[in-house]
Amino acid sequence: MNTIIFPIVVVLIIGCISGVCLAVASKFFAVKTDERVTKVREVLPGANCGACGYSGCDGYAAAAVGGAAANLCIPGGAEVAKKVGEILGVDSGEVVPMVAVVHCSGNSNVTEYVMDYEGPKTCLACNSFYQGRRSCSHACLGYGDCVAACQYGAISIKDDIAVVDRTLCVGCGMCAKQCPNHLIEIIPATARAFVACSSCDKGAYTRKVCKAGCIGCKKCEKSCPSGAAKVVNNLATIDPKLCTNCGECAKQCPTGAIQFCMPKIGTNA
Amino acid sequence: MKGFLMILVGAVLVNNFVLSKFMGICPFLGVSKKLDSATGMSVAVIFVMTMATAVTYPIYTYILFPNFTYLRTLVFILVIAALVQLVEIILKKFIPALHSTLGIYLPLITTNCAVLGVTVLNIEEQYNFAESIVNSIGAGIGFLVAMVLFNGVRQRIEGNDIPKTFEGLPSILIAASIVSLAFMGFSGVVEGLFA
Repeated sequence: MNTIIFPIVVVLIIGCISGVCLAVASKFFAVKTDERVTKVREVLPGANCGACGYSGCDGYAAAAVGGAAANLCIPGGAEVAKKVGEILGVDSGEVVPMVAVVHCSGNSNVTEYVMDYEGPKTCLACNSFYQGRRSCSHACLGYGDCVAACQYGAISIKDDIAVVDRTLCVGCGMCAKQCPNHLIEIIPATARAFVACSSCDKGAYTRKVCKAGCIGCKKCEKSCPSGAAKVVNNLATIDPKLCTNCGECAKQCPTGAIQFCMPKIGTNA
Repeated sequence: MKGFLMILVGAVLVNNFVLSKFMGICPFLGVSKKLDSATGMSVAVIFVMTMATAVTYPIYTYILFPNFTYLRTLVFILVIAALVQLVEIILKKFIPALHSTLGIYLPLITTNCAVLGVTVLNIEEQYNFAESIVNSIGAGIGFLVAMVLFNGVRQRIEGNDIPKTFEGLPSILIAASIVSLAFMGFSGVVEGLFA
């Protein structure tokens, strides 16, 4: 009889002790969860894109209650920021709508393929093989890793390069994280001029591999009245903070590397 | 000191829990996809293995030995499960940063065979308390090494054209077996190192 009762008693006692310990611990070490976190989480779009800089919508909801700014949700824009601000009782501040731009215009009309790439059809794989199939090693690879990442259908492959549809883009930045050549940048949607090239090669070489590449001629820099356009390391850059959207740089650009696009619908630009 | 080092290196390389003893395969295959989750999981494993050994060793030596040694598995599972819950509650209260890093992985490894395995093996090998702790830390580090290495292998596999039949888990299991084969090369290394 003892061979049955003793083991039962031993396990019972150990189980009871652990149970009591857990019960006491959960009482003593209880952490109050803020109900505002759930409320903020409900207001957020739930795309878990990470544009706010937190791990996802849950992460941002917790951070916002913990004191982070209420206007970090870029896909949600001003509307969500206002609601979050209301829940937390703080001023939501202004939300700058963002949009993605592709710093490459090397489509099939202006550049050439230098190899018949037969590997896996992803940009990541293609880029790891002699820096891609195009003559320019900085070019868009055209297999659409960014397209697969976009939850809003705002980016597509046209003429073998990625093109952003500004009316659909919310500026979450998921595509920018995917691009192995780091061609995609998130800029304020008010900025209309951007440099559609990422080549830091010398002008002569760039001209050889791509008809639409930036050759670093500095015409944009000279023509820019506000000092927004600068040529750094053989590549033009436009500072969206200084840019007044006059469009002079795009007119002056001899290769068409600077593009001047229509304003995003719903912005005042 | 030499004895401890031998146990530690032996547990990390030669008797690697995942690759030579084939324990903890579930998290090994499940969480090795991304580097940050792989390391997060591994750190949690190191932590839980050490804690579990520290608790189960005295329970075995002072309560179960010598009459109830056959209750070992049952009692260990019970104690480890309770312990992990307790640790989670305490971490949440006092070290929220660590809790959010280990957070989701802690309950996952509560009932992991690698954790139970290390506590049982410590007793089988007749280690004393200090040796048991060192062996557990080594086993945890071994898990980390296996996870990080295999994460690299997996990232290489991911971008490839794999025949339909082998897509997903089959190709990964084959890769795991090759990595495990490579670890066979470590047998005898410890004796050579500390000879």
